Amino acid sequence: MAWTWFHRLASPPHVYALAARLTPWFAWPAALCIAAGLWGGLVLAPPDYQQGDGFRILYVHAPSAWMSLMVYMTMAIAAAIGLIWRMKVAHAVAASCAPIGASFTFAALVTGALWGEPMWGTYWEWDPRLTSELVLLFLYLGYMGLRAGIEDPQRADRASAVLAIVGVVNVPIIHYSVTWWNSLHQAPSVMRLAKPAMPFVMVAPLLLMLLGFTLLFVALLLTRLRSEVLARERSASWIREVVSA
Amino acid sequence: MSGLESPAARTLAPVATPLVRGASRARTARSADAIEAARLALLRDLQLAFRKRSQLIQPLAFFAMVTLLFPLAVSPELSRLRELAPGVLWVGALLASLLALEFLFRDDACDGTLEQYALSGQPLTALMFAKTLAHWLLTGLPLALMAPLVALSLGVGPAALPGIVAAIAVGSVTLSLIGSIGASLTLGIKRSGALLSLLTLPLSLPVLIFGARATQLAIHGAPYGAPLELLGALAMLGITLAPLAAAAAVRISLE
Repeated sequence: MAWTWFHRLASPPHVYALAARLTPWFAWPAALCIAAGLWGGLVLAPPDYQQGDGFRILYVHAPSAWMSLMVYMTMAIAAAIGLIWRMKVAHAVAASCAPIGASFTFAALVTGALWGEPMWGTYWEWDPRLTSELVLLFLYLGYMGLRAGIEDPQRADRASAVLAIVGVVNVPIIHYSVTWWNSLHQAPSVMRLAKPAMPFVMVAPLLLMLLGFTLLFVALLLTRLRSEVLARERSASWIREVVSA
Repeated sequence: MSGLESPAARTLAPVATPLVRGASRARTARSADAIEAARLALLRDLQLAFRKRSQLIQPLAFFAMVTLLFPLAVSPELSRLRELAPGVLWVGALLASLLALEFLFRDDACDGTLEQYALSGQPLTALMFAKTLAHWLLTGLPLALMAPLVALSLGVGPAALPGIVAAIAVGSVTLSLIGSIGASLTLGIKRSGALLSLLTLPLSLPVLIFGARATQLAIHGAPYGAPLELLGALAMLGITLAPLAAAAAVRISLE
């Protein structure tokens, strides 16, 4: 009884309608949080005593980096659900996650490089976190490449689900080995932002941006999920009713 | 099996015991069958490979060829080449083992052997492990045995050679296992070479990091036990998990 809501998630028409209904509930709060976070971060927060105004890119960089990992986790969990319970909608969720996650990863890399130029004097530093982020981008590209490479959609779903799970097992191993590698090759001379020492007026916009980016991800995911469901069910009769309505 | 543990089954214990014994005997027989099947699959792969010797030699020739590029592109000074040697050795070995991955499943997928394996009733995981082991014996181990030659040509002293062989031998186990996942996922995709490298190279980075570190320490005459043990740990993790993923991927490709 209590599980009917869960079973109904396996039905594409139900999920399509639910996603359409839920999208504004995530999109508007996301817009509000990001607007407030940007105002707080770009206007209210004082310049950093070492980095001046340069540190403000943090308000885009850190949430993007955070989302890049979270989207990968979401994708792998959705893929595992699809693989275990053979739930087509879960595979559609995983497929919709990949391009969003790759975009967040790309944004984190670009903002990291732009931040590095004034701070480190170079656009690219083989910093462990930037390097892990670059590897994560390749994991996303591999996932999307595999999905695009297999013609049969059901096989593509299941094969890419195996890859996502293998990737999730490997992400921590890669992260720690890259950190270990980096600590051998260079002393941590790079300026670090000591998180607890940041004053509230700097931290609060960051938290708002984190929340805003998470909500933005859900809104984007729901929108992509709808088009993914439409594309997958294009020969189903309920689509005709939805489109003509 | 689980039904036997229910209360009803417990009251029937005297009757059930021979059944349970029979079942456990059957289970031992089954696992013995699986080991035998894996052994036969391993021998089959080795035998087939030795009938096509050119396929065995290609990755080794590639490894030597990549090494030759560095003195030509960078500098023929042995002191500089010695500094580059860990990187050259590992990038060469990584690319050579990637090149050899194509032979892992392609012929067996084409002629239906993989299908027969999946239908044989033997655990596909064990058979995949056997195939991966054969692949390592045919590419990883020869690459490790050839590494001293490459290392000497880069100006590395003979004292470092045992460490280099050990690092490449252990590291290539994990490379073969990761490769078996990538190769089984890309079964049935035409011209999958670039995709295969995009799938397997990011997963191979930890092996590259620890392997190159062990090689570097060996070249400098320092103790290289720690990175070698980490390579061993990665190999153990790979042995336990990779055949499961590869078997799942093969089943998906046969659907």
